[in-house]
Amino acid sequence: MHDKKIVLPGLALFLALATLPFWAPSGNAGTPPESVVKPGTESCVEPVEVMRARHMQLLNEWRDSAVRDLNREYVSSTGKKFNISLTNTCLDCHSNKSEFCDRCHDYAGARPRCWGCHITPEDHQ
Amino acid sequence: MFESVFSGSRNYWLWILFLLAVISAGVASYAHQFDYGLGATGMGRDISWGLYIAQFTFLVGVAASAVMLVLPYYLHDYKAFGKIVILGEWLAVASVSMCLLFVMADMGKPSRVLNILLHPTPGSILFWDVIVLNGYLVLNLIGGWVVLEAEKARVPPPGWIKPLIYLSIPWAVSIHTVTAFLYAGLPGRHLWLTAILAPRFLASAFAAGPSLLILLSFLLKRVAGFDAGREAISKLTTIVVYAGLVNFFFVGMEFFTAYYSGIPGHQHSLHYLFFGLDGKGALVPFMWISLVLGLGGVIALLFPGNRTNDRVLQLSCLALFISLWLDKGIGLVIGGFIPSPLEHVTEYQATGTEITITLGIFATGALILTLLFKMALAVKQRTN
Amino acid sequence: MIDKARRKLIARLGAAILFGLGSAPALDALLGRAVRASTPKGPGNGGIRRGMVINLAKCTEGCTKCLEACHTEHNVPAFDNPKDEIKWIWKDGYHNVFPGQAHALAPQSIQGRDIPTLCNHCENPPCVRVCPTKATFKRPDGIVAMDFHRCIGCRFCMAGCPYGSRSFNWRDPRPFIKTVNKHYPTREKGVVEKCSFCASRVDRGLGPACVEACVSGALVFGNLNDPSSEIRRVMADNLTMQRKPELGTNPSVYYIFQGGDV
Repeated sequence: MHDKKIVLPGLALFLALATLPFWAPSGNAGTPPESVVKPGTESCVEPVEVMRARHMQLLNEWRDSAVRDLNREYVSSTGKKFNISLTNTCLDCHSNKSEFCDRCHDYAGARPRCWGCHITPEDHQ
Repeated sequence: MFESVFSGSRNYWLWILFLLAVISAGVASYAHQFDYGLGATGMGRDISWGLYIAQFTFLVGVAASAVMLVLPYYLHDYKAFGKIVILGEWLAVASVSMCLLFVMADMGKPSRVLNILLHPTPGSILFWDVIVLNGYLVLNLIGGWVVLEAEKARVPPPGWIKPLIYLSIPWAVSIHTVTAFLYAGLPGRHLWLTAILAPRFLASAFAAGPSLLILLSFLLKRVAGFDAGREAISKLTTIVVYAGLVNFFFVGMEFFTAYYSGIPGHQHSLHYLFFGLDGKGALVPFMWISLVLGLGGVIALLFPGNRTNDRVLQLSCLALFISLWLDKGIGLVIGGFIPSPLEHVTEYQATGTEITITLGIFATGALILTLLFKMALAVKQRTN
Repeated sequence: MIDKARRKLIARLGAAILFGLGSAPALDALLGRAVRASTPKGPGNGGIRRGMVINLAKCTEGCTKCLEACHTEHNVPAFDNPKDEIKWIWKDGYHNVFPGQAHALAPQSIQGRDIPTLCNHCENPPCVRVCPTKATFKRPDGIVAMDFHRCIGCRFCMAGCPYGSRSFNWRDPRPFIKTVNKHYPTREKGVVEKCSFCASRVDRGLGPACVEACVSGALVFGNLNDPSSEIRRVMADNLTMQRKPELGTNPSVYYIFQGGDV
């Protein structure tokens, strides 16, 4: 190999930088936040486990259904019917975005773009 | 092969440094535009495409003009272009790269641009433009690189590259045709709604691109001691003259149809560009300068004596290139939006942010071109 | 659905080639319709095609109720700089709304007046044709709708629209929304928007906000394909005009200039 003196330290430096997030001591993951729902409400459109795992897919389906397919009715796995609307159905129970959505999204490092357009009850206050 | 870009004269590095500085300014301006929105440009509700899309349109032409070298060299075995065909291909690579950057700079939601491929819409000309432009970039990059690599190794290029190079010939025509179709299929935009838009685009491209190549060849002779050869330059000049003549013939036809038919809609945009409309005519001087420079350049080159006089040849090519840039890189796109569909005359004034981003993209193209030319010349000058 | 249509087209293509492409009937078969020089543009056959009649004989000069109702309903921002402007429904001069059809000898009452204008929800919309992501699309009920989630902000639709009905969010609209309707989303910078014929209200069985707000009854909304609808009755009794009919877009918004009995 030519230029061993440059190439090897270069590679080492690259590896060190690339793996930085794994070995650099930067706090701990902490405990996941508890979700907060308006008291007195019953169940969500699907079981909590399902919502936790795939609410984002469901929201995408809802989006296309309402905007593109002219269908605003969602039939859940238990046969219950819901109005497809982020603003009017979801936010009705999950009325506190910062406590319900943001805490978990912040924890998970997710930055959904919903709120650039959809108005939350907090925006309105 | 690529290692040759890391060694060069002091001036080479100064030039690279200068380009990087301009690019940085462009990036900083883009950060502002990204944050504020496209309102940071001179575009608005009435003139919704501006400098970026105009540059994009012009540069698609420069990119397509590589075919003027590839076709004679590979299809007709015209040996005189042997030394510079790679320059044409590299110019195409740099131009298409700039085109893609200009399109990205113009996007309101750049983060969503892959929606074009995620939700493919064959009915949209923009979908096809994305396909043909990226395809052309890849074809020229592969074609240029493989042939150059073979030349460096002093072996004939592999056989599989030939079909790709042949494919790049109709493909070059397609990129500018499809780009013209972006405009020519829109109802109610009379300046663009013309069947000769694609032919006119090709004519102006085959004049502007080879003009630029002639200028670049003279530049390379001065800064790198690379001689393209008398015959190659002379043949390029012939291409420039004919394409330039056809271009201005087409411009004349547009005037005839608009003014002899007497249909107001057909006249409005042309009238705005060349004479002003509703007392507004910010582009009038530019259009006349374009006409004078362009016709001047073409007429000068009609005389054989001028074609062999380097100084006159350079000036004529420069005049023609500026002329066609003004016509296509300013007038055509902006003029098409004036008057608005509700016949209001809103004028366009590019902002500093917009101009800096534009210069940044040009500098990026120049950087790509510099590095690719450096590479090509390193091979050429070693094998010669 | 699409597959079926495609198969049909291929079958027709095959038939056309068999019978000779040059012959006119073969071309007709290929296009699925006979192209005639003089064909009255009418509503489609059956189904719903939503449309609007703007009766200028009833529309009050200087009134902006429909404009305000629409812009409040849809959180349309109000910018000071005309360059940044966003308009769903607005008023413009007779010569501007009807270029090519307007002439100087029309009644004075028309010459100087403002005429409401909005998206025409064309039967053959150029904006839908040019959109590279299907962010703007025609719904089965004829409404030309926008999917703001999908728009990449290329503004091809703005160049394509021959009516100037589309606006772009040149900057963040939120600080410029006067009163916020919390039941309707705002937009982000970088997407195109336009009149939606109040698609989300229509889906809930309501009429468009502008029609509801118009006190003089100048705006009539309905199904152009239903001969017994109010809009069709109004159109049967009055001569209506479309904007730029020569472009073949077939707008779903019709204008009445001089009122008969409506």
